[in-house]
Amino acid sequence: MDENLLELVNWSRAQFALTAMYHWLFVPLTLGITFIIAIMETIYYKTNDEKWKKITKFWMILFGINFAIGVATGIILEFQFGTNWSNYSWFVGDIFGAPLAIEGIMAFFLESTFIAVMFFGWNKVSKKFHLVSTWLVALGSNLSALWILVANAWMQHPVGMKFNTETARNEMVDFWEILFSPVAISKFLHTITSGYVLASIFVIGVSAWFLLKNREEFLAKKSILIAAIFGLSSSLFLAGTGDIAGHEIAQKQGMKLAAMEGLYKGENGASLVLFGLLDGDKKLKDENNGFVFKIEIPKALSFLANRDFDSFVPGIEDIVYGNKEHGFIPTSEKIIKGKLAIKSLKEYKSSKKNGDKIKEKSSLKIFEENFKYFGYGYLNSPESIIPNVPLVFYSFHIMVALGFYFIVFFILVLFFLKKDILQKNKWILYTSIWTVPLAYIASETGWIVAEVGRQPWVIQDLMTTSMAVSKIDASAVQITFFLFLSIFTALLIAEIKIMTTQIKNY
Amino acid sequence: MKKIFNFYYDGFTNMKLGKVLWLLIFIKLFVMFAILKTFFFKDFLSEKFNTDKEKSEYILKELTKF
Repeated sequence: MDENLLELVNWSRAQFALTAMYHWLFVPLTLGITFIIAIMETIYYKTNDEKWKKITKFWMILFGINFAIGVATGIILEFQFGTNWSNYSWFVGDIFGAPLAIEGIMAFFLESTFIAVMFFGWNKVSKKFHLVSTWLVALGSNLSALWILVANAWMQHPVGMKFNTETARNEMVDFWEILFSPVAISKFLHTITSGYVLASIFVIGVSAWFLLKNREEFLAKKSILIAAIFGLSSSLFLAGTGDIAGHEIAQKQGMKLAAMEGLYKGENGASLVLFGLLDGDKKLKDENNGFVFKIEIPKALSFLANRDFDSFVPGIEDIVYGNKEHGFIPTSEKIIKGKLAIKSLKEYKSSKKNGDKIKEKSSLKIFEENFKYFGYGYLNSPESIIPNVPLVFYSFHIMVALGFYFIVFFILVLFFLKKDILQKNKWILYTSIWTVPLAYIASETGWIVAEVGRQPWVIQDLMTTSMAVSKIDASAVQITFFLFLSIFTALLIAEIKIMTTQIKNY
Repeated sequence: MKKIFNFYYDGFTNMKLGKVLWLLIFIKLFVMFAILKTFFFKDFLSEKFNTDKEKSEYILKELTKF
């Protein structure tokens, strides 16, 4: 890759990562807190106790602030598709466009309409209709996320489409295969439940602050009760969906799993690294196992990957250089097939233009036979399919460690609440506050695993990130990168300031 | 229709914190669409080509130039 293209790709990636990560600071709280509010309002509806109405309205205000600041920040990502990633945008065709269009319509009609009822409807619509509206806001925001995640899952595991050689676009042939792809389902469930966990921790953290200040005891304790139960059940579900997502990654994106685990040489009965420090001097094919030290769970990785404790899990070297015994073909062979697919597509177009029917037919046949390796044709070397191993490995382990910490945290909070000794043990209240940023870190590291782990692909096996970019000036991307950095930082500061003021002055 | 209008009208006029949030939303949308989209994020293919056929040909050329 020449230096100019590398600079353009890196800046385009940095810009997309920046906007996606900032956008994701706002989204998970909305996904989870809407359900917590709906549960609280349901209790108000059932008990008719005005205190529950007050609790519901307090959390609704915080939700409103987060929603207002975060709304439409995702649209910037769509701007970038058209400007910075035009090759990709054209290539994915209606597969990406359709879910995003559905998301836009659902977000507008479901969320916007019923959010108005949520905020303006107290005492104007019936209690029942208000409650239904609140639940519809929760369901609507989560259904919006579904379509975005379906589109993302398709990039990780492209199914249900056919490449049109005339238009150079992928066309949807099976909507249901895309929607119900196992990768899409596991990604959706894992992502939304991570939002539920984050929102629960947020509610507990804010409530803990009230208890530390000896204020709003009823609101704080009841909120902690709801959030801790919701958070604990979501955390357990999150661990389950994480296991399913890990299994799907093993089946469809072996390199990502190998990077997540720092596994260089594949093995039968592979262990799962519980904690480890990577060796920076590790080189491919040397005898170094890649770790300075590690603590492992024996055979757990094999079970995660194949549901068999003794099964073989390929390492980075097996995928790059191949492993005949276990049926992994070398990447160099895939590169040859990919280049053949590109060449045959070119020949197909020229023979069609020249009216050479025989050549046209044979080229098309070769292209279709090798299309699944299409993206490999753009790789310069087999080693270029390896993502940034330290970034993926540490992000994955931080996410998992925090995920298990959250389970313990929710159990502890529930225990202290049941014994009514929360205020006597200030450390648990301080821990609750400090766990809030940890929830955001866990959420962001999850996305780093998903997106950095699939590099160099923008669409798994079909299109590399470098092939996806528009041929624009890198300096233009740099300027907008810093523009976004300023705008999003200003929005984040506004969110934190408005929210903390609202909490303090409540 | 009048009921719906009054519902929104009353809602907006009785807002306190909501007014600040709406102001923020409008500023944000203005910056995003009137400035960023208009001046910095033009659609690359639509700027260069008029028809889908031209766009397809360009992408095919890009995909097969190696």
